[in-house]
Amino acid sequence: MTNKEYESYYVPSQSHWPIIGAVALFMIAFGAGNYVTDLANEESGYGGYLLLAGIALIIYMLVGWFSDVINESLTGKYSHQMDNSFRQGMSWFIFSEVMFFVAFFGALLYLRVFSVPWLGGAGNNVETGAVLWPDFTAIWPLIKTPDGTTTTAMGWFGLPLINTVLLMTSSVTAHFAHSALLKNNRKGLKAWLGLTIILGVAFICFQVLEYAHGYSEEMRLFLDSGVYGNTFYLLTGFHGMHVTLGCIMLIIMWLRVLKGHFTPDNHFAFQAASWYWHFVDVVWVMLFVFVYIL
Amino acid sequence: MTTDVIAQDSHDEHHDDSHEHGKMTGIKRWLYTTNHKDIGTLYLWFAFIMFLTGGAMAMVIRAELFQPGLQLVEPDFFNQLTTVHGLIMVFGAIMPAFTGFANWMIPMMIGAPDMALPRMNNWSFWILPFAFAILLSSFFMESGAPNFGWTFYAPLSTTYSNGSTAFFVFAVHIMGISSIMGAINIVVTIMNLRAPGMTYMKMPLFVWTFFITAYLLIAVMPVLAGVVTMLLTDTYFGTSFFDAAGGGDPVMFQHIFWFFGHPEVYIMILPAFGIVSTTIPAFSRKRLFGYSSMVYATSSIALLSFIVWAHHMFTTGMPLFGELFFMYCTMLIAVPTGVKVFNWVATMWRGSLSFETPMLFSIAFVILFTIGGFSGLMLAMTPVDFQYHDTYFVVAHFHYVLVTGSLFSIYAGAYYWLPKWTGHMYNDTLSKWHFWCSLISVNLLFFPMHFLGLAGMPRRIPDYALQFADFNKWVSIGGFAFGLSQLIFLVVVIKCIRGGEKAPAKPWDGAIGLEWTVASPAPYHTFSTPPPQKDIDNADQHEH
Repeated sequence: MTNKEYESYYVPSQSHWPIIGAVALFMIAFGAGNYVTDLANEESGYGGYLLLAGIALIIYMLVGWFSDVINESLTGKYSHQMDNSFRQGMSWFIFSEVMFFVAFFGALLYLRVFSVPWLGGAGNNVETGAVLWPDFTAIWPLIKTPDGTTTTAMGWFGLPLINTVLLMTSSVTAHFAHSALLKNNRKGLKAWLGLTIILGVAFICFQVLEYAHGYSEEMRLFLDSGVYGNTFYLLTGFHGMHVTLGCIMLIIMWLRVLKGHFTPDNHFAFQAASWYWHFVDVVWVMLFVFVYIL
Repeated sequence: MTTDVIAQDSHDEHHDDSHEHGKMTGIKRWLYTTNHKDIGTLYLWFAFIMFLTGGAMAMVIRAELFQPGLQLVEPDFFNQLTTVHGLIMVFGAIMPAFTGFANWMIPMMIGAPDMALPRMNNWSFWILPFAFAILLSSFFMESGAPNFGWTFYAPLSTTYSNGSTAFFVFAVHIMGISSIMGAINIVVTIMNLRAPGMTYMKMPLFVWTFFITAYLLIAVMPVLAGVVTMLLTDTYFGTSFFDAAGGGDPVMFQHIFWFFGHPEVYIMILPAFGIVSTTIPAFSRKRLFGYSSMVYATSSIALLSFIVWAHHMFTTGMPLFGELFFMYCTMLIAVPTGVKVFNWVATMWRGSLSFETPMLFSIAFVILFTIGGFSGLMLAMTPVDFQYHDTYFVVAHFHYVLVTGSLFSIYAGAYYWLPKWTGHMYNDTLSKWHFWCSLISVNLLFFPMHFLGLAGMPRRIPDYALQFADFNKWVSIGGFAFGLSQLIFLVVVIKCIRGGEKAPAKPWDGAIGLEWTVASPAPYHTFSTPPPQKDIDNADQHEH
């Protein structure tokens, strides 16, 4: 925007989608709050239903809102500048997602570097170890917590390694799909994007298998199995939710490709979904290193 | 697209598809709006209502503390009030008020037609009232409202929670989503929608401070979301992030919380810097002294805010190296902050000063915020902090920076732009009453708290030792007076909306900025086509 160029900027007319979204978020949050509280008090209430209704409403809102946006885009209301706004908005959204994961990775590193060794008596915490937790030895993965809960660590070989290969490959295929789109090679686009989705879905399936394995009698690795189980399930769980969301985005992009949407110079939605996919891939690499291998 | 197309564009299709829609009427206008001015108004009203709500809680707190002993409320309810008072003032009053300013003023100041993502803008606002409905609803539940302090330290909020943690966590999630979307909108608007010729270093300092604040929000609100999520799983799903028995550490909560919390402090003060950097030059009839140094100082404060968080935790038993590192980094912040205070004073130096209400609030801001800054320096010194930690000295410190700092700047900005927003001049006499009553009562309210703290009165208690009785009585009287004084502002605003002397396009002769080139009240849509270059040049805050 530094030169003389100035295009008309599309300011959309009033819309009812945001307020529907606000009500939906309220239902989700209030429903979840009630559900969790009832769970803790061992009561049953309407929280779960409110939560589900909220999720249904937010899906309705997203479909409606995005249809409006897609229609505006297809009817040529968006300028180059608008496209930039979307791109910058998406980049900063992904940055905020990165910071969300930073909180959990930060917790993981703090636990590994400070709190677990301190509980075992490291640093100036000899008394903590000797008086409070005399039977505790500080090791990572923490398969025996200070209060004596035991569990097993998830190895990196096998499913996690397969999943790493799957997800990294999918990042490459997503890139090929984008290249095909830029060259207006629709056939290649459909094929590469379809392959990306298949790899993503396979990843999710393997992740479910891995969780089932973790929760089996043999491993006894639960969400509440001390900080190893906590960080393992929350980090991989939030990542898995992001992969699922990314997959849904890619599937929608694939359907839009089938309908003939996107051109080499106008495909923000595709670009955004693909950025998001690369982002979940990078997070997985960090997870694989810090949760599984090290 | 060439220049010829611009003209053509703005006269036909442009108006057909985007700007033809005027206001809707009734409630739908406010529910469905995509207009940055409507949304700014919503934010400002919401913030003021929340301010009065949180203020009412503070009144009960001060009534209870008027004399020693337990008179009015149960200790547990007292804790709920202090907690929700803090949460409301931080997330419900100060932050939305600033977002309201950002919405109203940034597009007008940079010559943009609206915010970059107008529908998302609506969503960012409308989820906020719902978030606070959830938070406040817990008052009426069996559990009661959150009672663990606005900092919700584990294990108070986990093991010893009264059962309100889930509602608290989900409410905070929504507030976070709102802040992040609002911040993304501000960043994208500033990066992408500046009028041609409005380079970064020509932007009003107001816009710069909101730009930097928005980055802070995008960086730390997700961390807050992360830590409340861990809180939720610790309380309800058996994880032990903050529980030593499972390998965790309650102090880790404080690290993650304050990694969010300290930048959050600057999120609530940097926009204030932007507002007084606008008003002080206007009523000194000079350009801002040291514009560029202001930009760099703001950026330095923002960057430093990420490496000072543990100064809130000096008494947790950190290693000595940690205490020293965080002490020196914290003191370093005094340097860019000093640059700012110096520049405001230098702007006024040999200026042709006049003392309209916005200027009165701005000058009070500079003096009283500096007092808050100095008490901050005292708290920054580790050995001294061991004495001050969790006393009323801390309460005095952060109320000086947040009330006489952020809130006073909000009043300065509100009086400064009310003519632009409403098209009327505010009632000058009443506004002066508002200022002087607020100024006197706020100092009566917060200044003695320094002495109480130095004498050892702990914060967050419903009862206290007899020796603190006299000061507490005066503090409470100041508190009631300050609370009542704010109702004058409500009257001023309502009167100003309903009528009053017609405001010209530029009611302040020393004001500069693109917002004064449009009529008062500002038309529903402004700068559908970019402003002329000479207006942008005139709006330049640099000294010439």
